[in-house]
Amino acid sequence: MSLTPLTLGYIPLVDAAPLIIARELGFAEQEGLALSLRAAPSWSTLRDLVALGQIEGAHMLAPVPVATALGLGGLPTRLDALCVLSVGGNTVGVSTALADQMRKAGHGFDFADATAAGTSLIAAAGQTLRIGVPFPFSMHAELLYYWLGALGLEAPQALDVRTLPPPLMAEALAAGDIDAFCVGAPWGSIAVENGSGELLLPTSAIWSFAPEKVLATRHDWAESEPDLAARLIRTMWRACRWLAEPFNRMTASEILARPDYLNLPAEMLERSLSGALVISPRGDQRMTPRFLHFHEGAATFPWRSQAGWIAARLAARTGLDRDAAQRAAKQVFRSDLYRDALASTAAPLPGASEKLEGALDAPTEVTTQSGSLILQPDRFFDGQVFDPAEK
Amino acid sequence: MPDRLSIVIVEQDRERALLIVDSLRASGDHEIHVISERHGLARLISERNPDVVLVDVASPSRDMLEELTLASSPLDRPVAMFVDQSSDSLTRAAIEAGVSAYVVDGMAPGRIKPVLDAAITRFHMFQSMRAELAATKRALEERKIIDRAKGVLMKARGLSEDEAYALLRKTAMDQGKKMVDVAEALVTAAGLLS
Repeated sequence: MSLTPLTLGYIPLVDAAPLIIARELGFAEQEGLALSLRAAPSWSTLRDLVALGQIEGAHMLAPVPVATALGLGGLPTRLDALCVLSVGGNTVGVSTALADQMRKAGHGFDFADATAAGTSLIAAAGQTLRIGVPFPFSMHAELLYYWLGALGLEAPQALDVRTLPPPLMAEALAAGDIDAFCVGAPWGSIAVENGSGELLLPTSAIWSFAPEKVLATRHDWAESEPDLAARLIRTMWRACRWLAEPFNRMTASEILARPDYLNLPAEMLERSLSGALVISPRGDQRMTPRFLHFHEGAATFPWRSQAGWIAARLAARTGLDRDAAQRAAKQVFRSDLYRDALASTAAPLPGASEKLEGALDAPTEVTTQSGSLILQPDRFFDGQVFDPAEK
Repeated sequence: MPDRLSIVIVEQDRERALLIVDSLRASGDHEIHVISERHGLARLISERNPDVVLVDVASPSRDMLEELTLASSPLDRPVAMFVDQSSDSLTRAAIEAGVSAYVVDGMAPGRIKPVLDAAITRFHMFQSMRAELAATKRALEERKIIDRAKGVLMKARGLSEDEAYALLRKTAMDQGKKMVDVAEALVTAAGLLS
């Protein structure tokens, strides 16, 4: 059988793992795809490469297709999220000076309690808290606004969230341009490793089931190539299932560590995959179960309610109509294509495409089209519940 | 609207920035600023308040410009990634050439086209120059290694220069490797054994 060539773009991050594993371990081939991968220098360039049709799809920040649908940033070409690729995986870090100050004020750096960490951070920061994120349309930015906003810090007066490419984050911390950062793995670990910062919190402590990256393609491509899109979804689902096996973490880290992918020590990458993060240059370690995950609890299912949450947040921040924004956003998370693609497999498919976000405190069994599925806790740190049907 | 366009080029490489500036000057009388600073890029740009911002597609700093697409106050002039009204061919050409353009919303495509055309040519030219330079450097490096490997063979086996070269070439062909790789292995081994 001849393979169909397909190119996907990615940013060299730990959560690009599903694409890299799909190519390296033959999950793409199994679906008849000759997968080529292309690293991109920035999120905006990656998005534009997809929008202009130079690559078929990409590993993308979950809010990017939503922002594009709302007319924020980039070309007006509609992008669709075919599936979620990862949940969680980001860390908030602070400069070593700020960490010392927080420690003196009594913060314990438990790396779990978002209320305590946020309160302490706000108290230590002075007039304006300046935090670097990789992109204006990112879960990093949305979760920071959500977390610190709920604790009373008002943006933009007291909270200045600014975009900085992760490779420049350490430099900016050292220069005093920013007080803190929120980045994806492995950049948090790199900041710890080179002594420029300490980790304060995993973003999973803010929202325990936050969609992080999605597989995005042009809407037109997904519509005109339904068979290829379905093969791509199945490929990603299998790669993500493989990544979820604890036994496979070492192999995954070794593959990701290669010079042509992340070009970093495998040990550092394994920390993110296992959730055993070193949080300070002194070597303190914290275990965060489900820090970054790929499969459990239908992790790759593109819930329309997740898109709704992102849209509601973006709308509030940019002054767009909340209802219209949510309606547009839900269209781009393609739970319909996901269902069609996986109907013939063993993948458990949720009965609904929307859920209350933040309602589950514990793993919960739900019925599916073909049996049952255990959904993972998805609560927000402040106990709020997001109802996608609420106007 | 005045005829003069205010253009900001975000480029760290001085030589490349100068090339682009020259080319833009030739396309019209513009007010051009080059920003090479990576810190506070968004702030520096809003201080200049330009009509057009040109930035290398391959630069990670490009993400910092995306911030400008979100007008944070009503007084800000919104900025957008340049899109040709009729088709996206010019944008596509620009991205392929390695330049992305952000323009103030509402600017007529006719005004930006000559600027972008000039930038595209320069970005193209610079890229091919850089590729050529890298290829030349690599070729020189390879020749040095092969020369050293030839020297090792001539000394160890008493071969002439031509014979040494022929032996290297034959070995590379037999093993399906590049000659420079065989030469490199030989030089390394000789270094270890001496």
